[in-house]
Amino acid sequence: SVMSTYQEFIQQNEDRDGVRFSWNLWPSSRLEATRLVVPVSCLFTPLKERPSLPPVQYEPVLCSRANCKAVLNPLCQVDFRAKIWACNFCFQRNPFPPSYAGISEVNQPAELMPQFSTIEYIVQRGPSAPLIFLYVVDTCLEEEDLQALKESLQMSLSLLPPNALVGLITFGRMVQVHELTCEGIAKSYVFRGTKDLSAKQIQEMLGLTKPAAPGQQGHPVAPQEAAASCRFLQPVHRVDMNLTDLLGELQRDPWPVSQGKRPLRSTGVALSVAVGLLEGAFPNTGARVMLFIGGPPTQGPGMVVGDELKIPIRSWHDIQKDNARHLKKATKYYEALANRSAVNGHSIDIYACALDQTGLLEMKCLSNLTGGHIVMGDSFNTSLFKQTFQRVFSKDYNGDFRMAFGGVMEVKTSREVKVCGAIGPCVSLHSKGSSVSENEMGIGGTNQWKLCSLDHSTTLGVYFEVVNQHNAPVPQGGRGAIQFVTMYQHSNTQKRIRVTTIARNWADAQSQIQHIESSFDQEAAAVLMARLGVFRAESEEGPDVLRWLDRQLIRLCQKFGQFNKEDPTSFRLSESLSLYPQFMFHLRRSPFLQVFNNSPDESSYYRHHFVRQDLTQSLIMIQPILYSYSFHGPPEPVLLDSSSILPDRILLMDTFFQLVIYHGETIAQWRKAGYQEMPEYENFKQLLQAPLDDAQEILQTRFPMPRYIDTEHGGSQARFLLSKVNPSQTHNNLYAWGQETGAPILTDDVSLQVFMDHLKKLAVSSSS
Amino acid sequence: TPPYVVDHGEAGPVRCNRCKAYMCPYMQFIEGGRRFQCGFCSCVTEVPPQYFQHLDHTGKRVDCYDRPELSLGTYEFLATVDYCKNNKVPEPPAFIFLIDVSYNAVKSGMVNIVCNELKSLLDLLPRENPEMDSVVRVGFVTYNKVLHFYNVKSTLAQPQMLVVSDVSDMFVPLLDGFLVNVNESRQVIESLLEQIPEMFADTRETETVFGPVIQAGLEALKAADCAGKLFVFHTSLPIAEAPGKLKNREDKKLIGTDKEKTQFQPQVGFYNNLAKECVAQGCCVDLFLFPNQYVDVATLGVVPVSTGGSVYKYTYFQAQTDQERFLKDLRRDVQKQVGFDAVMRVRTSTGIRATDFFGSFFMNNTTDVELAGLDCDKAITVEFKHDDKLSEETGALMQCAVLYTSCGGQRRLRVHNMAVNCCSQLADLYRNCETDTIINYFAKYAFRGVANNPTKAVRDTLVNQCAQILACYRKNCASPSSAGQLILPECMKLLPVYLNCVMKSDVLLPGADVSLDDRAYLRQLIGCMDVADTHVFFYPRLLPVMKLESGSLPVALRDSEERLSKGGIYLMETGLHLFLWVGASVQQELLLNIFGTPSFSQIDPNMISLPVLDNPFSQRLREIIDSFRAQRSRYMKLMVVKQEDRTELIFKHFLVEDKSASGGASYVDFLCHMHKEIRQLLS
Repeated sequence: SVMSTYQEFIQQNEDRDGVRFSWNLWPSSRLEATRLVVPVSCLFTPLKERPSLPPVQYEPVLCSRANCKAVLNPLCQVDFRAKIWACNFCFQRNPFPPSYAGISEVNQPAELMPQFSTIEYIVQRGPSAPLIFLYVVDTCLEEEDLQALKESLQMSLSLLPPNALVGLITFGRMVQVHELTCEGIAKSYVFRGTKDLSAKQIQEMLGLTKPAAPGQQGHPVAPQEAAASCRFLQPVHRVDMNLTDLLGELQRDPWPVSQGKRPLRSTGVALSVAVGLLEGAFPNTGARVMLFIGGPPTQGPGMVVGDELKIPIRSWHDIQKDNARHLKKATKYYEALANRSAVNGHSIDIYACALDQTGLLEMKCLSNLTGGHIVMGDSFNTSLFKQTFQRVFSKDYNGDFRMAFGGVMEVKTSREVKVCGAIGPCVSLHSKGSSVSENEMGIGGTNQWKLCSLDHSTTLGVYFEVVNQHNAPVPQGGRGAIQFVTMYQHSNTQKRIRVTTIARNWADAQSQIQHIESSFDQEAAAVLMARLGVFRAESEEGPDVLRWLDRQLIRLCQKFGQFNKEDPTSFRLSESLSLYPQFMFHLRRSPFLQVFNNSPDESSYYRHHFVRQDLTQSLIMIQPILYSYSFHGPPEPVLLDSSSILPDRILLMDTFFQLVIYHGETIAQWRKAGYQEMPEYENFKQLLQAPLDDAQEILQTRFPMPRYIDTEHGGSQARFLLSKVNPSQTHNNLYAWGQETGAPILTDDVSLQVFMDHLKKLAVSSSS
Repeated sequence: TPPYVVDHGEAGPVRCNRCKAYMCPYMQFIEGGRRFQCGFCSCVTEVPPQYFQHLDHTGKRVDCYDRPELSLGTYEFLATVDYCKNNKVPEPPAFIFLIDVSYNAVKSGMVNIVCNELKSLLDLLPRENPEMDSVVRVGFVTYNKVLHFYNVKSTLAQPQMLVVSDVSDMFVPLLDGFLVNVNESRQVIESLLEQIPEMFADTRETETVFGPVIQAGLEALKAADCAGKLFVFHTSLPIAEAPGKLKNREDKKLIGTDKEKTQFQPQVGFYNNLAKECVAQGCCVDLFLFPNQYVDVATLGVVPVSTGGSVYKYTYFQAQTDQERFLKDLRRDVQKQVGFDAVMRVRTSTGIRATDFFGSFFMNNTTDVELAGLDCDKAITVEFKHDDKLSEETGALMQCAVLYTSCGGQRRLRVHNMAVNCCSQLADLYRNCETDTIINYFAKYAFRGVANNPTKAVRDTLVNQCAQILACYRKNCASPSSAGQLILPECMKLLPVYLNCVMKSDVLLPGADVSLDDRAYLRQLIGCMDVADTHVFFYPRLLPVMKLESGSLPVALRDSEERLSKGGIYLMETGLHLFLWVGASVQQELLLNIFGTPSFSQIDPNMISLPVLDNPFSQRLREIIDSFRAQRSRYMKLMVVKQEDRTELIFKHFLVEDKSASGGASYVDFLCHMHKEIRQLLS
């Protein structure tokens, strides 16, 4: 069928190019494109792991037109005899460089072969810069927490490449920048935690600004030189022992905290010092600031809550009532820091481990704009933190870190298409080329974005606009093309460029609407629309976003649904759209759009991960996966529905952030009675073990490590499961349905059934 | 011997209800001992029950001689919590050592010497009970244009350095481990003192800050909620960007002009405010200066002078020649008995009133003398005004009470009582005056005056006052004689010669080679001298040492070149300097006895101490030198001056009866001038 062919096509494209488009046939005019509701857009994973794609060791050949500079690719027309190639974006004819003199039809360079629509070049320009890791550590922690954190940090030193530069800043009431070169007396520079200092002041105070030698002006300092002059960032192999001792001797913040007060935590100044230090010592070099916090900033710039314990940290309620005193000021402060950091290509991770909120809402931009990680846990003394942190340093099949720095992604489009924007862990580079649309979606107005830190799964949503006018037909057999050029610093410090060039056929939306419909990638579309929703939710009121999403869904159903006017029962959706409403149903209930029952920090955390993960993970986040284990057969996926909760089942739910193992009523009773200990019930023991093993597999690979919850029927933690499943049975309809199976959910939320009924009604109504 | 300490129990010292004078021998017990009448204000106060005692037939308390406060002039009371700041028993004081580690400090050897010395000096911190360890805690800071604090907590294997570069807004970066007990942290401290010279051995930083250094010490004391003393070792004009930054403003052209006074005033107001804060915290600052050029002592000295501290100056410090003087000074300064957070109040009986005070302290109002620190080498001169009728019967009474925190952290009151007779005849007054004290007062008065008046005006005032005193005597007391005759009262016959010395001192009449810093230094030094100090300072002691006897000193000579003989050897001390002048034709035997060489030409003029020779003469001479040094609060470096040698100029400067190179009058000339003035007043 057409459908299965498209599924193969989609899969193939994702595997090869790391790209999933909402539409795989493109409507040939602007008008038709807008009528499709879901924009032409894609999820793109710039550094998708491609073990079978060894990088080539030469520089890419660029189109000579100054405002094009597209990279030579398989879509280009090549005249092998004249040694000339025509750019498929601007049609400029370019001579091949001299090194290509030997090419011919049978001797083609890799970048011309269709299987190399994605290709990676190693280009070593300038001296290779070492990786930089700057630990910024909160010392206002409980003794046990601090101990665990110290151990994790000490352990991490062994995971870093020996030539990586490492630095340490600790903070509590004051901020200390530790010098790492010294023998004997340990030196640190101390900053007041309450004083907002400019980058220049910080650099002066750290002794980083040396008067430039005469004649040297205008020359940037080579990284090696900078490295030698910076006592605060030193190669791991040189300071390994020193730093291990230093971390070992780290004490809790010694300033007394009186009853009823929070410790004074100068997170804002600490970050400002960290950013200022890197800015001064290593501008435009890949670096990672790793912030470890055990509570909210309580003093100085960036303060999120005061030190009076009786005044709690802001809740969504406070924010909605405009009662969050420090919110705006703190957010502005951290945004300024994040932008400065992004300009220099430094990324900021936040590892927040505390039972209460730590101010992620205000600080999220630090990571969101710089591609840093956010990890949220209850304590540093948990496997969740320890293993997640360890996983930051995980390596790929080549033994290289799964992290890259200083990424710049550029999008080039053929002239019928323009780029509207991107959503992901990036900032705009404000590069306004001819391929940039006026119409902004996400971070727009540019065709270049900076990703200070990215890894193999970092995925951007990129949104396009078809600009071809209705009356200007696309030539028969013409294809729209998009080229992604991603420059980055590989973790082995090489400079690399990955180029992905894709093309999709144009289709006339009037005559070929079915083809377009069947080219719809509903999974990608759901995630792309969800990202737009989440992006809006950061600045708009929740209900407005939901209304917008509903509106889009209804319009899509009106466009592609088959129905008789005003007859909801007649409504049908084709296979390629059939799951889409369900995704939207779950998305509406998800913590990305619903703030009820979540703290502002949690919402920020969930959204942070949602806008950077790849399609598979994103779908799990939207609609968690539920597996069932029972004696009735092998483990199987079951509907995320209350009817799936049965007494004789064990359920394993994966929401990306949580892994919940739920033992049905009967199973729980058996387990309590200890049947699994008895040799004659070996099979029960195995049944209990099976979901644990599966969970373990997920726990071992996912970043960040999910919260692991083992619960049972009636257990308080069962709420994690009950809040996710479709409430097909509630206390309202249970008896009316007259069924004994499944678990009623105590909720007034609408069920999928009710949602669908409404949707159909609205879709077929001529008034909506 | 320390004064007796009196404890009046929980209610505190017994005091007069009205004027708050402390119990003293001048209180008259009446009504069988149930009340006492104050000798100062005559108010009658109930005797507290626990203090009650019967009177004997003469009206004296029967326990009169058992109680220091009823029988002695000086004693101490234990103060109660009511006498403490914030009604809290004070914490033991702390000593903080703040060491300049800029290029000059390191190169001159100062850093090395200080660090080395502190290792042993820390065992000699002042203590109340000689048997016990000192409770004074110590802390360390080094600095150039940034400050380095040290964590020397006893549990650390190595000291930690915390650098504070934000000197614009000083703070103390650590709480725990900055101020420590020496014994507990001995190893860490020793390791620190060992490493400081190494760490900065290659420094190229030449700029320093000063204001933030004192702020740092002050903040540390505030954080520890205690009083204490800062020992600042500093080399250069603080020109680095920071509060209290200074510029070179020495201008010799201003000397003798109306603007000269500005050179004695601090160049910025910052230090006055800082001094106030220091006083409020009980933070006393001692400043050791090692300048190679102008450092602006007038400004840097503001805080030490206002906090009861001292300024020591070692110009062109060189380890080899100046080490001993510096170390002796430092040792004495660290070891000496000190009190902190003190307030002095002088009460008097009716008829006289304390109106002015001279010394190193701070005054917020007209009566309370506040001293962040006070030690045994500081004197305060008090001026009394006679403002009512005094009675010959009762005389005039004075009580000076100093409330302070001892080095052991105890709050105490030291009380000095004094009664003087009153007379109705001027002649009696002149018969009982003390010229040395008058000179002390005049000098302090004049030296203070140069910051507010042209130096010439100050000098004229001195001459005028002196002339007034003497003319008054001539007019009212002396037997009539010819107008051309100069008649001086017996007790004041030396007033002109001493006054001339004050007039021609470097402060009031600088020679070409005297720097502004030297003048400012002397000016603040005189401010806290006692009578003996000013006496020897203005009129140096000159002893011929050709013949020495054990048990007695040779008779001193007048400070004039004509008193010196080519064949003689003379010892001169000024309280700051010590000279041994050697005549060009001294007998060989004498030279052999003193220098171990018979030849005048072989005497090394650069020696800083006499060779230790095994002959009675050498022994006795060195004994005398040692005894001189022991009498002075600052170590006097010995300078051997050979007749006709280049260094003789310095020596001659102190022959104060002679005409001085800077234009100061000889004694004879001045006496004539004074005579003229007196005659003018009389006619």
